[in-house]
Amino acid sequence: MAIRCCCFRRLRVADLLTMSSNPIKPDELRRRLFDPAAGAYCAFEGWVRNENEGQTVLRLEYEAYEPLAVSEAQKIFAEAKEQFPCLQAYCVHRSGLLEIGDCAVWVGVSSPHRDEAFRACRFIIDQVKVRLPIWKKEHYVDGNSGWVNCERCAQAS
Amino acid sequence: MKTITVRYFAMFREHAGIGVETLTLTADTAADVFAATRERHGSTEPKGHCKVAINDVMASWDSKVEDGDTVLLFPPVAGG
Repeated sequence: MAIRCCCFRRLRVADLLTMSSNPIKPDELRRRLFDPAAGAYCAFEGWVRNENEGQTVLRLEYEAYEPLAVSEAQKIFAEAKEQFPCLQAYCVHRSGLLEIGDCAVWVGVSSPHRDEAFRACRFIIDQVKVRLPIWKKEHYVDGNSGWVNCERCAQAS
Repeated sequence: MKTITVRYFAMFREHAGIGVETLTLTADTAADVFAATRERHGSTEPKGHCKVAINDVMASWDSKVEDGDTVLLFPPVAGG
């Protein structure tokens, strides 16, 4: 038991957003949220899909301005914790070129009970999509490409 | 006249054909800088969809710009 508690401390990297150019590995990330007081864990994974607005998508490209993405994410985590008493929260967002089926974004939350885990996770991913300086370029099967305008995300929030 | 460094991202960078440039212009606010770059590069994106930061801090369009500032112009974001 003492060894496991030691691992909790060593692995914990919470209340943070990380931009990653490497594949997201949810099984490794969830371990960072372990907390002796947590009775619930909720995660969201955003995947690259093969279609958007009637166009066949081949792959996606993400560009981010990391210094402000990280600082704005810290504000989002603070807002989430104010509204929902969660213990740990963590987000990883991919940068660079992604293929269909790749995990583009991962959000994980641990909390004493399930309700705040669900709510905090939903709040964080919704805010991440509309507030962070991250841009998505779709590459289509017809050879064209285009930057995605997340205006509808903004309206939905 | 003020010397302002402007950084462009994503669609704005592609329109401008450059990621960063230093402009000498008459500008009081971030909106003035945005207007000047629109004219310079022929961008048509409405300002209301976009965000702006000054010296790595999120700002608003009526935020004042000073000589030597770096203004970051963000087209509509789409994370996730």
